Amino acid sequence: MTATLDRPAVDTADLLPRLLTGDSELAAHRARFGPLPLAPFTGTAGRRRLVEGIVHAGLRGRGGAGFPTGRKLATVAAGRKTPVVVANGCESEPASSKDRVLLRYAPHLVLDGAALAAHAVGADRVFLCVERGTGHGERLERHLDERRDDPVRWHVVPVPRRYVASEESALVHFLNDGEARPLASPPRPYERGVEDRPTLIDNVETLAHLALIAYHGPDWFRAVGTGSDPGSALVTVAGAVANPGVFEVAPGTSLGEMLDAAGGPTEPLGAALVGGYFGTWVPLPQAVHLPLSHDPTGPAGTTLGAGAIVALPAGSCGLAETSRVLGYLAAESANQCGPCHFGLPAVAEDMAAVIHGRADPGTRNRLRTRLGVIAGRGACKHPDGAIRLVASALDAFAADLDMHLAGYTCTGLRQHPVLPLPDPEDRDREWR
Amino acid sequence: MSRRGTGPRLAVNPITCLAHGMCAELLPEYVKLDEWGYPILNGDPLPPDLVAHAKRAVADCPTLALRLDPTS
Repeated sequence: MTATLDRPAVDTADLLPRLLTGDSELAAHRARFGPLPLAPFTGTAGRRRLVEGIVHAGLRGRGGAGFPTGRKLATVAAGRKTPVVVANGCESEPASSKDRVLLRYAPHLVLDGAALAAHAVGADRVFLCVERGTGHGERLERHLDERRDDPVRWHVVPVPRRYVASEESALVHFLNDGEARPLASPPRPYERGVEDRPTLIDNVETLAHLALIAYHGPDWFRAVGTGSDPGSALVTVAGAVANPGVFEVAPGTSLGEMLDAAGGPTEPLGAALVGGYFGTWVPLPQAVHLPLSHDPTGPAGTTLGAGAIVALPAGSCGLAETSRVLGYLAAESANQCGPCHFGLPAVAEDMAAVIHGRADPGTRNRLRTRLGVIAGRGACKHPDGAIRLVASALDAFAADLDMHLAGYTCTGLRQHPVLPLPDPEDRDREWR
Repeated sequence: MSRRGTGPRLAVNPITCLAHGMCAELLPEYVKLDEWGYPILNGDPLPPDLVAHAKRAVADCPTLALRLDPTS
């Protein structure tokens, strides 16, 4: 059966779940999947076959960028020095829970994937990065006690609980020097990362899919999903839905169907935030049929990013919600680059002025100007993501913006906040 | 304004840049400053007659944040 670009290839009801099977203990996991599949991939030719299999499977990264994983593997494997692998399970995105759910319910699939990725690129060490204080590090250590025969050396690394600490170069910085703030590029981590070695950094969901491909083959993998984004996907659905949580779905599934997977709306919806806090606001019900996938070249509002979707009630104010999140993102800046350090608080102040009726005649133009000059000028993509969120809010809630600027009272301001933000008590202030 | 050319391109390390603004003084054709004093670079290849000025700006950056990258 052939997949089209934007529709699931088959009725996937019988094919899911693939990741969330509930085999959290090693015995059950091995009973389902068998031994770690290294035998079919021995030697240089075997490693190359494994990389080619991932390329053929079309797996895209699940950490947000949607980059083809096979190409990244091939680049790292071609480096001169022995590479290292970093499994990124930090999941600092407040609207997302899929990585922690995966680490809890299918930890051995993640560990298998990390071991296989290391094998594919010729690495002998894997760093498992998780947020400190969450219990995930301790649980992984316990699982690793049962996996003494793995062909890699494992290092569980608890990382400071900061939004940008899980960015790739920040993880490299933390592993090298103990400071979890982003680095300027070049070099990129896949060229020169941990200990100046080529470094493969993959999200934990990506690695779990990689393991599935090694077990079942690329053709099996492609039986679910779209042509440009094959495989299943973990999505976190939050906001005004009956049963918020993490769901395994097929890319190409529409926004409306993903909301239905979470029990459907609990009240009339006005919009949804697709792709988390670096994502895009889309109006509802207009966008209900939009097929969502990890393909970053898809139309605006169709990119899953890190897989977080938040449903906003029609009575809530999307601008106020965005303003609140932007304040958080501005405070989470590593304060290393001027456009982010000064630009995000300036835009946050403009947005607060809009929300609270303090806007002046120049506010609209000032916002547009500032939004136009910040992106692309930081060491990492933190300012770009924050700015994209605001720009998409100004588009999706253009009529609300006019009302706010005209001085009308916004009834949405009295609603409970919908977009989740972490408890400051659970977050770190430091970078070490 | 042509996007083509083989000249080097301006680039800045945004972490080491501390907004001294020398680059905009020395190469206003290719460097503007934002409202916070940080450079907004024209990333097109430099025309031959500006390369010497660009090298001067790179050499005079107080934090050595500005650089020229070869056009590949």
